[in-house]
Amino acid sequence: MKHTVTIENTGETFRCDEQTNVLLGMEQLCRKGIPVGCRNGGCGVCKVQVNKGQYAKRKMSRGVVSAEEEASGCVLACKIFPQSDLEVEVVGKMARAIVAQQSASSDSGFTTTMKTNKPEEEK
Amino acid sequence: MALTGVLRPGHVALRVLELEPALKHYRDVLGLIEVARDDKGRVFLKAWDEHDHHSVVLREADEAGMDYMGWKVASPATLKKLAADVEQSGLATEMSWIPAGEHPATGERFRFTIPTGHVMELFAEKEIIGNNCGTDGQDINPDPWPDGLKGIAATRFDHCLLYGDDLDGTVKLFTEVLGFGIAEQVMLAGDKKFMIGAFLSCSNKAHDVAFIRQPVKGKFHHASFELRSWEQVLRAGDILSRTKTSIDIGPTRHGITRGETIYFFDPSGNRNEVFSGGYIYYPDKPTITWYDESLEPAIFYHDRKLNEAFLSVFT
Repeated sequence: MKHTVTIENTGETFRCDEQTNVLLGMEQLCRKGIPVGCRNGGCGVCKVQVNKGQYAKRKMSRGVVSAEEEASGCVLACKIFPQSDLEVEVVGKMARAIVAQQSASSDSGFTTTMKTNKPEEEK
Repeated sequence: MALTGVLRPGHVALRVLELEPALKHYRDVLGLIEVARDDKGRVFLKAWDEHDHHSVVLREADEAGMDYMGWKVASPATLKKLAADVEQSGLATEMSWIPAGEHPATGERFRFTIPTGHVMELFAEKEIIGNNCGTDGQDINPDPWPDGLKGIAATRFDHCLLYGDDLDGTVKLFTEVLGFGIAEQVMLAGDKKFMIGAFLSCSNKAHDVAFIRQPVKGKFHHASFELRSWEQVLRAGDILSRTKTSIDIGPTRHGITRGETIYFFDPSGNRNEVFSGGYIYYPDKPTITWYDESLEPAIFYHDRKLNEAFLSVFT
Protein backbone atom coordinates (compact mmCIF):
# COMPACT_ATOMS: atom_id res chain seq x y z
CA MET A 1 0.00 0.00 0.00
CA LYS A 2 1.33 3.43 -0.92
CA HIS A 3 1.31 6.52 1.25
CA THR A 4 2.08 10.17 0.56
CA VAL A 5 5.26 11.60 2.07
CA THR A 6 5.44 15.38 2.35
CA ILE A 7 8.78 17.15 2.85
CA GLU A 8 7.80 20.26 4.80
CA ASN A 9 11.00 22.23 4.02
CA THR A 10 10.26 22.25 0.28
CA GLY A 11 6.61 21.26 -0.03
CA GLU A 12 7.69 18.31 -2.19
CA THR A 13 5.47 15.20 -2.03
CA PHE A 14 5.91 11.67 -3.31
CA ARG A 15 4.25 8.29 -2.95
CA CYS A 16 6.04 5.51 -1.11
CA ASP A 17 4.93 1.95 -0.35
CA GLU A 18 5.16 0.31 3.07
CA GLN A 19 8.06 -1.98 2.15
CA THR A 20 10.27 0.84 0.80
CA ASN A 21 12.22 3.18 3.02
CA VAL A 22 11.34 6.84 2.62
CA LEU A 23 14.73 7.82 1.18
CA LEU A 24 14.72 5.08 -1.45
CA GLY A 25 11.08 5.90 -2.29
CA MET A 26 12.14 9.46 -2.98
CA GLU A 27 15.21 8.43 -5.01
CA GLN A 28 13.30 5.89 -7.10
CA LEU A 29 10.98 8.63 -8.32
CA CYS A 30 13.91 10.97 -9.04
CA ARG A 31 12.52 13.34 -6.44
CA LYS A 32 14.66 15.58 -4.24
CA GLY A 33 14.40 17.21 -0.85
CA ILE A 34 15.97 14.79 1.62
CA PRO A 35 19.77 14.71 1.35
CA VAL A 36 21.15 11.33 0.31
CA GLY A 37 24.18 9.93 2.11
CA CYS A 38 25.10 6.31 2.77
CA ARG A 39 21.46 5.11 2.47
CA ASN A 40 22.21 2.52 5.17
CA GLY A 41 21.66 4.15 8.56
CA GLY A 42 25.25 5.10 9.33
CA CYS A 43 25.99 8.69 8.33
CA GLY A 44 22.95 10.68 9.49
CA VAL A 45 22.75 12.91 6.44
CA CYS A 46 19.08 12.02 5.75
CA LYS A 47 17.88 12.79 9.28
CA VAL A 48 14.25 13.97 9.41
CA GLN A 49 11.77 14.90 12.10
CA VAL A 50 8.51 13.06 11.49
CA ASN A 51 5.84 15.57 12.49
CA LYS A 52 2.84 13.52 11.43
CA GLY A 53 2.10 9.90 10.59
CA GLN A 54 3.05 6.31 11.47
CA TYR A 55 6.12 4.42 10.33
CA ALA A 56 8.04 1.21 10.92
CA LYS A 57 11.80 1.46 11.44
CA ARG A 58 15.03 -0.51 11.35
CA LYS A 59 18.26 -0.13 13.29
CA MET A 60 20.12 3.17 12.82
CA SER A 61 23.54 4.22 14.11
CA ARG A 62 23.59 5.67 17.65
CA GLY A 63 26.48 7.80 16.44
CA VAL A 64 24.01 9.97 14.54
CA VAL A 65 20.60 9.34 16.19
CA SER A 66 20.33 9.23 20.00
CA ALA A 67 17.75 7.02 21.71
CA GLU A 68 15.89 10.18 22.78
CA GLU A 69 15.82 11.51 19.24
CA GLU A 70 14.62 8.20 17.86
CA ALA A 71 11.82 8.07 20.47
CA SER A 72 10.70 11.60 19.54
CA GLY A 73 10.48 10.85 15.81
CA CYS A 74 13.84 12.30 14.83
CA VAL A 75 15.00 9.45 12.60
CA LEU A 76 16.85 8.55 9.41
CA ALA A 77 14.71 8.58 6.26
CA CYS A 78 16.66 5.55 4.98
CA LYS A 79 15.49 3.46 7.94
CA ILE A 80 11.78 4.31 8.16
CA PHE A 81 8.93 2.70 6.23
CA PRO A 82 5.63 4.61 5.96
CA GLN A 83 2.55 2.98 7.51
CA SER A 84 0.39 6.06 6.84
CA ASP A 85 0.83 9.41 5.11
CA LEU A 86 3.90 11.14 6.56
CA GLU A 87 4.93 14.75 7.05
CA VAL A 88 8.68 15.08 7.56
CA GLU A 89 11.05 17.96 8.12
CA VAL A 90 14.70 17.66 7.03
CA VAL A 91 16.94 18.30 10.06
CA GLY A 92 20.19 16.54 9.05
CA LYS A 93 23.50 18.31 8.72
CA MET A 94 22.77 19.21 5.10
CA ALA A 95 19.28 20.63 5.69
CA ARG A 96 20.41 24.21 5.11
CA ALA A 97 22.17 23.30 1.88
CA ILE A 98 18.97 21.78 0.50
CA VAL A 99 16.91 24.90 1.08
CA ALA A 100 19.72 27.08 -0.28
CA GLN A 101 20.03 24.85 -3.34
CA GLN A 102 16.35 25.39 -4.08
CA SER A 103 16.50 29.17 -4.00
CA ALA A 104 19.82 29.68 -5.75
CA SER A 105 22.61 27.54 -7.09
CA SER A 106 25.34 29.33 -5.20
CA ASP A 107 28.70 27.87 -4.24
CA SER A 108 27.92 25.39 -1.53
CA GLY A 109 31.42 25.73 -0.12
CA PHE A 110 32.34 22.09 0.27
CA THR A 111 35.80 22.91 1.49
CA THR A 112 34.53 25.23 4.20
CA THR A 113 34.58 22.60 6.93
CA MET A 114 38.24 21.90 6.24
CA LYS A 115 39.14 25.58 6.27
CA THR A 116 37.11 26.50 9.33
CA ASN A 117 39.22 24.11 11.33
CA LYS A 118 42.17 26.37 10.69
CA PRO A 119 43.42 28.04 13.86
CA GLU A 120 43.70 31.86 13.85
CA GLU A 121 42.25 32.64 10.44
CA GLU A 122 44.02 35.78 9.28
CA LYS A 123 41.90 38.91 9.00
CA MET B 1 65.51 -6.34 3.58
CA ALA B 2 64.98 -2.88 2.19
CA LEU B 3 61.43 -2.43 3.49
CA THR B 4 61.66 -2.25 7.28
CA GLY B 5 59.73 -0.79 10.19
CA VAL B 6 56.02 -0.64 9.43
CA LEU B 7 55.30 -3.00 6.51
CA ARG B 8 51.63 -2.55 5.65
CA PRO B 9 48.08 -2.09 6.90
CA GLY B 10 47.40 -5.40 8.65
CA HIS B 11 43.76 -5.10 9.67
CA VAL B 12 40.81 -2.80 10.02
CA ALA B 13 38.13 -3.40 12.66
CA LEU B 14 34.71 -2.10 11.68
CA ARG B 15 31.48 -1.73 13.64
CA VAL B 16 28.34 -2.86 11.83
CA LEU B 17 24.71 -2.43 12.86
CA GLU B 18 23.63 -5.96 11.90
CA LEU B 19 26.12 -8.77 11.41
CA GLU B 20 24.33 -10.96 8.85
CA PRO B 21 23.75 -8.27 6.20
CA ALA B 22 27.33 -7.08 6.78
CA LEU B 23 28.66 -10.59 6.20
CA LYS B 24 26.66 -10.94 3.01
CA HIS B 25 28.26 -7.71 1.84
CA TYR B 26 31.88 -8.33 2.82
CA ARG B 27 31.89 -12.04 1.98
CA ASP B 28 29.48 -12.44 -0.94
CA VAL B 29 29.71 -9.03 -2.66
CA LEU B 30 33.24 -7.83 -1.89
CA GLY B 31 34.44 -11.42 -1.93
CA LEU B 32 36.42 -11.60 1.29
CA ILE B 33 36.93 -15.04 2.83
CA GLU B 34 35.59 -15.75 6.33
CA VAL B 35 38.46 -17.15 8.39
CA ALA B 36 37.29 -17.26 12.00
CA ARG B 37 34.71 -16.19 14.58
CA ASP B 38 35.33 -15.68 18.27
CA ASP B 39 33.28 -15.93 21.45
CA LYS B 40 32.68 -12.15 21.36
CA GLY B 41 30.77 -12.59 18.12
CA ARG B 42 33.47 -10.99 16.00
CA VAL B 43 34.00 -12.26 12.47
CA PHE B 44 37.48 -12.28 10.94
CA LEU B 45 37.96 -12.18 7.17
CA LYS B 46 40.78 -11.90 4.65
CA ALA B 47 41.08 -11.02 0.98
CA TRP B 48 42.16 -13.90 -1.23
CA ASP B 49 45.69 -12.73 -2.07
CA GLU B 50 46.64 -11.89 1.50
CA HIS B 51 48.78 -14.44 3.27
CA ASP B 52 48.12 -13.34 6.86
CA HIS B 53 45.29 -14.89 8.86
CA HIS B 54 42.86 -11.95 8.63
CA SER B 55 42.64 -8.31 7.57
CA VAL B 56 39.03 -7.31 8.31
CA VAL B 57 37.27 -7.65 11.66
CA LEU B 58 33.51 -7.09 11.93
CA ARG B 59 31.70 -6.47 15.22
CA GLU B 60 27.99 -5.85 15.70
CA ALA B 61 27.42 -2.56 17.54
CA ASP B 62 24.89 0.25 17.99
CA GLU B 63 27.10 2.70 16.12
CA ALA B 64 28.75 2.30 12.71
CA GLY B 65 32.38 3.29 12.14
CA MET B 66 35.92 2.09 12.71
CA ASP B 67 37.19 0.66 16.00
CA TYR B 68 40.85 0.61 15.00
CA MET B 69 43.36 -0.02 12.24
CA GLY B 70 46.34 -2.36 12.72
CA TRP B 71 49.81 -2.23 11.14
CA LYS B 72 52.10 -5.19 10.53
CA VAL B 73 55.70 -4.38 11.47
CA ALA B 74 58.84 -6.24 10.42
CA SER B 75 59.68 -8.14 13.61
CA PRO B 76 59.01 -8.44 17.36
CA ALA B 77 62.11 -6.30 17.98
CA THR B 78 60.75 -3.63 15.62
CA LEU B 79 57.44 -3.75 17.49
CA LYS B 80 59.17 -3.07 20.84
CA LYS B 81 61.23 -0.27 19.36
CA LEU B 82 58.35 1.45 17.56
CA ALA B 83 56.11 1.14 20.65
CA ALA B 84 58.82 2.83 22.73
CA ASP B 85 59.25 5.52 20.08
CA VAL B 86 55.50 6.19 19.99
CA GLU B 87 55.43 6.39 23.78
CA GLN B 88 58.39 8.79 23.87
CA SER B 89 57.03 11.03 21.14
CA GLY B 90 54.33 12.44 23.38
CA LEU B 91 52.03 12.46 20.33
CA ALA B 92 49.92 9.44 21.26
CA THR B 93 47.48 8.83 24.11
CA GLU B 94 45.69 5.83 25.65
CA MET B 95 48.56 3.44 25.01
CA SER B 96 48.21 -0.22 25.95
CA TRP B 97 49.40 -3.72 25.06
CA ILE B 98 46.74 -6.14 23.83
CA PRO B 99 47.83 -9.69 24.71
CA ALA B 100 48.62 -12.28 22.07
CA GLY B 101 45.58 -14.30 21.08
CA GLU B 102 43.05 -11.52 21.62
CA HIS B 103 42.76 -11.64 17.85
CA PRO B 104 42.94 -15.27 16.75
CA ALA B 105 46.33 -16.37 15.37
CA THR B 106 47.84 -12.98 16.22
CA GLY B 107 50.67 -11.91 18.51
CA GLU B 108 50.58 -9.04 20.98
CA ARG B 109 49.51 -5.64 19.69
CA PHE B 110 50.55 -2.17 20.84
CA ARG B 111 47.50 0.07 20.78
CA PHE B 112 47.48 3.87 20.87
CA THR B 113 45.30 6.83 19.94
CA ILE B 114 46.67 9.34 17.43
CA PRO B 115 46.05 13.13 17.49
CA THR B 116 43.12 12.89 15.03
CA GLY B 117 41.39 10.57 17.53
CA HIS B 118 41.84 7.29 15.65
CA VAL B 119 42.94 4.12 17.43
CA MET B 120 45.95 2.45 15.79
CA GLU B 121 47.75 -0.79 16.55
CA LEU B 122 51.17 -2.22 15.73
CA PHE B 123 51.79 -5.96 15.68
CA ALA B 124 54.58 -8.22 14.44
CA GLU B 125 53.06 -11.67 14.32
CA LYS B 126 50.02 -13.11 12.60
CA GLU B 127 49.76 -16.66 11.38
CA ILE B 128 50.45 -17.04 7.67
CA ILE B 129 47.70 -19.15 6.15
CA GLY B 130 48.48 -18.38 2.52
CA ASN B 131 46.48 -17.50 -0.58
CA ASN B 132 45.48 -21.01 -1.66
CA CYS B 133 47.20 -20.72 -5.04
CA GLY B 134 49.83 -23.41 -4.59
CA THR B 135 49.33 -26.57 -6.64
CA ASP B 136 51.76 -28.76 -4.71
CA GLY B 137 51.64 -27.27 -1.24
CA GLN B 138 51.35 -23.65 -0.12
CA ASP B 139 53.34 -21.34 -2.42
CA ILE B 140 54.69 -24.24 -4.47
CA ASN B 141 54.13 -24.01 -8.23
CA PRO B 142 51.22 -21.61 -7.71
CA ASP B 143 48.35 -20.77 -10.06
CA PRO B 144 47.81 -17.03 -10.60
CA TRP B 145 44.53 -17.09 -8.66
CA PRO B 146 42.61 -19.71 -6.72
CA ASP B 147 39.31 -21.44 -7.48
CA GLY B 148 36.10 -20.54 -5.70
CA LEU B 149 36.38 -16.75 -5.54
CA LYS B 150 33.15 -14.85 -4.89
CA GLY B 151 31.79 -11.51 -6.06
CA ILE B 152 34.23 -8.67 -6.62
CA ALA B 153 37.07 -10.79 -5.18
CA ALA B 154 39.27 -7.92 -3.99
CA THR B 155 42.90 -8.97 -3.63
CA ARG B 156 43.78 -7.19 -0.39
CA PHE B 157 42.77 -4.66 2.24
CA ASP B 158 44.82 -1.73 1.01
CA HIS B 159 44.34 1.50 3.00
CA CYS B 160 41.92 3.71 4.92
CA LEU B 161 40.99 7.37 4.53
CA LEU B 162 40.23 8.93 7.90
CA TYR B 163 38.81 12.30 9.03
CA GLY B 164 40.06 14.17 12.07
CA ASP B 165 41.01 17.54 13.48
CA ASP B 166 44.68 17.52 14.51
CA LEU B 167 46.08 16.61 11.11
CA ASP B 168 49.47 18.16 11.91
CA GLY B 169 49.95 15.98 14.98
CA THR B 170 48.93 12.79 13.19
CA VAL B 171 51.16 13.52 10.18
CA LYS B 172 54.06 14.25 12.55
CA LEU B 173 53.53 10.92 14.32
CA PHE B 174 53.31 8.91 11.11
CA THR B 175 56.26 10.59 9.39
CA GLU B 176 58.70 11.31 12.24
CA VAL B 177 57.99 8.33 14.50
CA LEU B 178 56.61 5.57 12.28
CA GLY B 179 58.73 6.36 9.22
CA PHE B 180 56.01 7.06 6.65
CA GLY B 181 56.60 9.32 3.66
CA ILE B 182 54.16 11.94 2.35
CA ALA B 183 53.30 10.78 -1.16
CA GLU B 184 50.77 13.56 -1.74
CA GLN B 185 49.44 16.51 0.22
CA VAL B 186 46.60 19.00 -0.16
CA MET B 187 47.42 22.51 1.00
CA LEU B 188 45.51 25.80 1.23
CA ALA B 189 46.32 28.09 -1.71
CA GLY B 190 45.94 31.07 0.61
CA ASP B 191 48.37 29.65 3.17
CA LYS B 192 50.68 27.23 1.47
CA LYS B 193 51.93 25.80 4.76
CA PHE B 194 48.45 24.80 5.96
CA MET B 195 47.73 21.17 5.20
CA ILE B 196 44.18 19.86 4.71
CA GLY B 197 44.97 16.39 3.39
CA ALA B 198 47.89 13.94 3.68
CA PHE B 199 48.40 10.69 1.75
CA LEU B 200 51.03 8.65 3.58
CA SER B 201 53.03 5.63 2.46
CA CYS B 202 55.12 3.14 4.45
CA SER B 203 55.81 1.06 1.36
CA ASN B 204 55.90 1.27 -2.44
CA LYS B 205 52.17 2.07 -2.58
CA ALA B 206 50.89 5.56 -3.36
CA HIS B 207 49.20 5.48 0.05
CA ASP B 208 48.80 3.15 2.99
CA VAL B 209 46.65 5.60 4.93
CA ALA B 210 45.26 9.06 4.26
CA PHE B 211 43.91 11.78 6.54
CA ILE B 212 41.75 14.78 5.77
CA ARG B 213 41.38 17.66 8.20
CA GLN B 214 37.80 17.93 9.44
CA PRO B 215 36.52 19.29 12.76
CA VAL B 216 35.78 15.80 14.13
CA LYS B 217 37.64 13.13 16.11
CA GLY B 218 38.28 9.58 14.99
CA LYS B 219 35.96 9.47 11.98
CA PHE B 220 36.08 6.91 9.20
CA HIS B 221 35.75 7.88 5.54
CA HIS B 222 36.50 4.57 3.83
CA ALA B 223 38.38 1.29 3.83
CA SER B 224 39.82 0.45 0.44
CA PHE B 225 40.36 -2.92 -1.20
CA GLU B 226 42.60 -3.49 -4.17
CA LEU B 227 41.79 -4.80 -7.64
CA ARG B 228 44.39 -5.46 -10.31
CA SER B 229 42.97 -3.55 -13.29
CA TRP B 230 40.57 -0.85 -14.44
CA GLU B 231 38.55 -3.61 -16.12
CA GLN B 232 38.16 -5.29 -12.72
CA VAL B 233 36.90 -2.00 -11.29
CA LEU B 234 34.26 -1.83 -14.04
CA ARG B 235 33.30 -5.45 -13.33
CA ALA B 236 32.98 -4.50 -9.65
CA GLY B 237 30.56 -1.76 -10.73
CA ASP B 238 28.42 -4.41 -12.44
CA ILE B 239 28.39 -6.56 -9.31
CA LEU B 240 27.53 -3.61 -7.05
CA SER B 241 24.58 -2.71 -9.29
CA ARG B 242 23.40 -6.32 -9.59
CA THR B 243 23.43 -6.69 -5.79
CA LYS B 244 21.75 -3.27 -5.37
CA THR B 245 24.62 -2.10 -3.20
CA SER B 246 24.48 1.59 -2.26
CA ILE B 247 26.98 3.24 -4.62
CA ASP B 248 28.45 6.60 -3.67
CA ILE B 249 30.35 7.47 -6.86
CA GLY B 250 32.13 5.87 -9.77
CA PRO B 251 33.61 4.11 -11.55
CA THR B 252 35.88 7.14 -11.95
CA ARG B 253 39.49 8.17 -11.31
CA HIS B 254 41.15 10.02 -8.46
CA GLY B 255 43.62 12.77 -9.36
CA ILE B 256 45.35 12.08 -6.05
CA THR B 257 47.22 8.73 -6.36
CA ARG B 258 45.79 8.30 -9.92
CA GLY B 259 43.71 5.37 -8.66
CA GLU B 260 40.68 4.09 -10.59
CA THR B 261 37.88 3.78 -8.12
CA ILE B 262 34.34 3.08 -6.98
CA TYR B 263 33.06 4.27 -3.60
CA PHE B 264 30.14 2.34 -2.10
CA PHE B 265 28.61 1.65 1.30
CA ASP B 266 28.33 -1.45 3.43
CA PRO B 267 24.85 -2.15 4.90
CA SER B 268 25.71 -0.06 7.98
CA GLY B 269 26.83 2.99 5.99
CA ASN B 270 30.58 2.44 6.31
CA ARG B 271 32.13 3.51 3.01
CA ASN B 272 34.22 0.99 1.06
CA GLU B 273 36.34 1.52 -2.01
CA VAL B 274 37.65 -0.85 -4.62
CA PHE B 275 40.44 0.61 -6.69
CA SER B 276 43.26 -0.23 -9.04
CA GLY B 277 46.25 1.59 -10.44
CA GLY B 278 48.30 4.31 -8.86
CA TYR B 279 52.08 4.41 -9.09
CA ILE B 280 55.13 3.12 -7.30
CA TYR B 281 56.21 5.26 -4.38
CA TYR B 282 59.81 5.43 -3.15
CA PRO B 283 61.01 7.32 -0.07
CA ASP B 284 62.97 9.71 -2.32
CA LYS B 285 60.05 10.42 -4.64
CA PRO B 286 59.13 14.12 -4.49
CA THR B 287 55.87 14.81 -2.66
CA ILE B 288 52.99 15.74 -4.96
CA THR B 289 51.16 18.89 -3.82
CA TRP B 290 47.60 19.87 -4.62
CA TYR B 291 46.06 23.19 -3.61
CA ASP B 292 42.51 23.40 -2.36
CA GLU B 293 41.43 25.36 -5.44
CA SER B 294 42.13 22.15 -7.40
CA LEU B 295 40.55 19.88 -4.81
CA GLU B 296 37.71 18.82 -7.09
CA PRO B 297 39.81 17.16 -9.85
CA ALA B 298 42.23 15.96 -7.16
CA ILE B 299 39.43 13.91 -5.63
CA PHE B 300 37.32 13.02 -8.70
CA TYR B 301 39.39 13.61 -11.80
CA HIS B 302 36.72 12.93 -14.44
CA ASP B 303 33.83 14.90 -12.92
CA ARG B 304 36.15 17.69 -11.73
CA LYS B 305 33.75 18.35 -8.87
CA LEU B 306 33.10 16.83 -5.47
CA ASN B 307 29.86 15.07 -4.79
CA GLU B 308 28.04 16.25 -1.66
CA ALA B 309 28.78 12.97 0.06
CA PHE B 310 32.57 13.17 -0.10
CA LEU B 311 32.92 15.59 2.80
CA SER B 312 29.62 15.15 4.63
CA VAL B 313 29.16 11.38 4.69
CA PHE B 314 31.35 9.44 7.11
CA THR B 315 30.88 7.12 10.08
